[in-house]
Amino acid sequence: MDLLNALVALTNFVVVPGLAYGSQLALGALGVTLIYGILRFSNFAHGDTMAFGAMVTILITWAFQSMGISAGPLPTALLALPFGILGTIGLALLTDRTVYRFYRQQKAKPVIFVMVSLGVMFMMNGIVRFIIGPGDQRFADGERFIIKARTFKQMTGLDEGLAIKTTQGITVITAIIVVAVLFWFLNKTRTGKSMRAYSDNEDLALLSGINPERVVMYTWMIVAALATIAGVLYGLDKSFKPFTYFQLLLPIFASAIVGGLGNPIGAIAGGFIIAFSEVTITYAWKKVLTYGLPDSLAPDGLVQLLSTDYKFAVSFAILIVVLLFKPTGLFKGKAV
Amino acid sequence: MKKLLMATAAAALTAGTAYAGGHAKEVKLGVLFGFTGPIESLAPAMGDGAELAMEEVTKSGKLLDSATVTSVRADTGCIDNGLAVANGEKLVAEGVNGIIGGDCSGVTGAILQNVAIPNGMVMISPSATSPGLSTMEDNGLFFRTSPSDAREGQVMAEILKERGINSIALTYTNNDYGKGLADAIQSSFEEVGGEVTIVTAHEDGKGDYSAEVGALASAGGDILVVAGYLDQGGLGIIQGSLDSGAFDTFGLPGGMIGDSLPANVGADLDGSFGQIAGSDSKGAEIFAEMAKERGFDGTSAYASESYDAAALFLLAMQAANSTNPADYVGKILDVANAPGEPINPGELGKALEILAAGGDIDYQGATGVELIGPGESAGSYREIEVKDGKNETLRFR
Repeated sequence: MDLLNALVALTNFVVVPGLAYGSQLALGALGVTLIYGILRFSNFAHGDTMAFGAMVTILITWAFQSMGISAGPLPTALLALPFGILGTIGLALLTDRTVYRFYRQQKAKPVIFVMVSLGVMFMMNGIVRFIIGPGDQRFADGERFIIKARTFKQMTGLDEGLAIKTTQGITVITAIIVVAVLFWFLNKTRTGKSMRAYSDNEDLALLSGINPERVVMYTWMIVAALATIAGVLYGLDKSFKPFTYFQLLLPIFASAIVGGLGNPIGAIAGGFIIAFSEVTITYAWKKVLTYGLPDSLAPDGLVQLLSTDYKFAVSFAILIVVLLFKPTGLFKGKAV
Repeated sequence: MKKLLMATAAAALTAGTAYAGGHAKEVKLGVLFGFTGPIESLAPAMGDGAELAMEEVTKSGKLLDSATVTSVRADTGCIDNGLAVANGEKLVAEGVNGIIGGDCSGVTGAILQNVAIPNGMVMISPSATSPGLSTMEDNGLFFRTSPSDAREGQVMAEILKERGINSIALTYTNNDYGKGLADAIQSSFEEVGGEVTIVTAHEDGKGDYSAEVGALASAGGDILVVAGYLDQGGLGIIQGSLDSGAFDTFGLPGGMIGDSLPANVGADLDGSFGQIAGSDSKGAEIFAEMAKERGFDGTSAYASESYDAAALFLLAMQAANSTNPADYVGKILDVANAPGEPINPGELGKALEILAAGGDIDYQGATGVELIGPGESAGSYREIEVKDGKNETLRFR
């Protein structure tokens, strides 16, 4: 019984939040890694692309809510998501046409692209704040919980509760679907194969008749979709505030780099590694150990490795260690 | 701001000539607040509050030999020690008889050490709440009309104890206010025999608080006390704790009391409780009314404390029959506390008369002033419980 309690406590406070957060990071990191792999630069505007996508979705969600359209127990935002994706694709293609294409024709160095994306980031930053404002926005509706902590306790008779929010469930399921579709697309379709070819060797791809502008366009469309989905899921699960998306950029890049920039599998693994290391290393293990160990060994202290103040330091420590010993990341991405 | 200053000065001047009857004497009070910087939105109402008391006294014509009271405004920048000290010295050079200020705790300490003590100048701060100022060596020259955060810690500990709570988990917003308050709550609660299972900081403006909530939940405790801000990290922590079933009831200090919290969290917050500085004295209403007439918001934070600070200066001068800091400093506690006739805002003229006749007053003012210990407000707090999605006042402490 005690062991079960320990397991439930661990699931409730570490596994469930870690999985949800990890999925959100993984989706974000996939977008970053695709841009890096195919367009060959680190896109600093990604966090704000997520914010833009989430913003469009929120606006349409509000419109749906006022019209009385809802998805029953699921959040209305899921219905608005396709429109949000379309809006973000529009914005991504627009910035590519007006900004990035110019530098591509110049054959500008990657570092110039990075600086350009920084400029795009500030532009998007401004657009989002201009339209929806810098404050907190709430748009989650529908059933809040799959299982409530109290109901779980009554059902099982355990001392510890387990809560799973609807948004956490949706996050994980959506992430699995999106990743499966993405891999099928990259590996099985003609367009996906041409994208991978372009990523592996640009000149050879050109020689074999692949149209680079098309590859670039598809890449932006996929990245915009990924960014919107990640942004909406994050906003549903936590709350939407433009500034938090800007801050999300750091753990997302950490995930992509740890996994190996340019490698999609690496991005997913990196997302979960960063998320779980943030939660587990700063977790106070007292409760779990008190349940799990015999009474004589039960700890008095909190058994907390690091105070939660350091949770961001944790992901960067991991990043540095990986870069020192495996500069291409855990899954052999391109050298940074 | 400049125009406002000019207008105030002009108003004070005309008021002076009109009512003072050949102004026999002039009393100058320095108003040293952060008119620029982080609390620049609060400072104008604070300045107006202080000047309201000065005007009232000048109009009554009963201070000393029908003296006029003039306000000299100066800026602290709230966090700029250099600016604050320079302006404090400037005020002394201009011959002020007392300084109302500073406002933020850090600069207040700096002005006290570098200006007030060397010059023997008296300071009454309306808004510096840091517990550190209670123990700072001040040669008896420093007073404040706001309670120390240490006092809020004691009040919270009392409330917790009375509700039969023996252990708390404590999280605070990672800044001076949060840290100071958390220290105060922890030490007061441990003094009355309570147990604090964990003290952990949280950053404002983050989306994800699952790591913090996980740590807090693991440490356990009867309730979770959140010394944060209601529209910032404090809200995120409470939401996260409720979602994961970590805590059901929350202790809410002043920064967490507001209408938006119950509205955002919903029915789950019912039963949580806390306290915020505030008094049930009649004075607060009267003051708000007076402020409205004069064209500023009397309920703005620390405006009423500023009125009281100015009033205390002038009443103490009357009681000592002198405008010399060394003479009147000893009278400040006398006029502020019992025994004597209770004095509300708007009754400063009456108070001056009583003092002139050698009587005793108990200045209540806009905040129910009661100075304790090293010359700081005893601090009355409203005890609040969330019921049916609303903050309800249970009683005053």
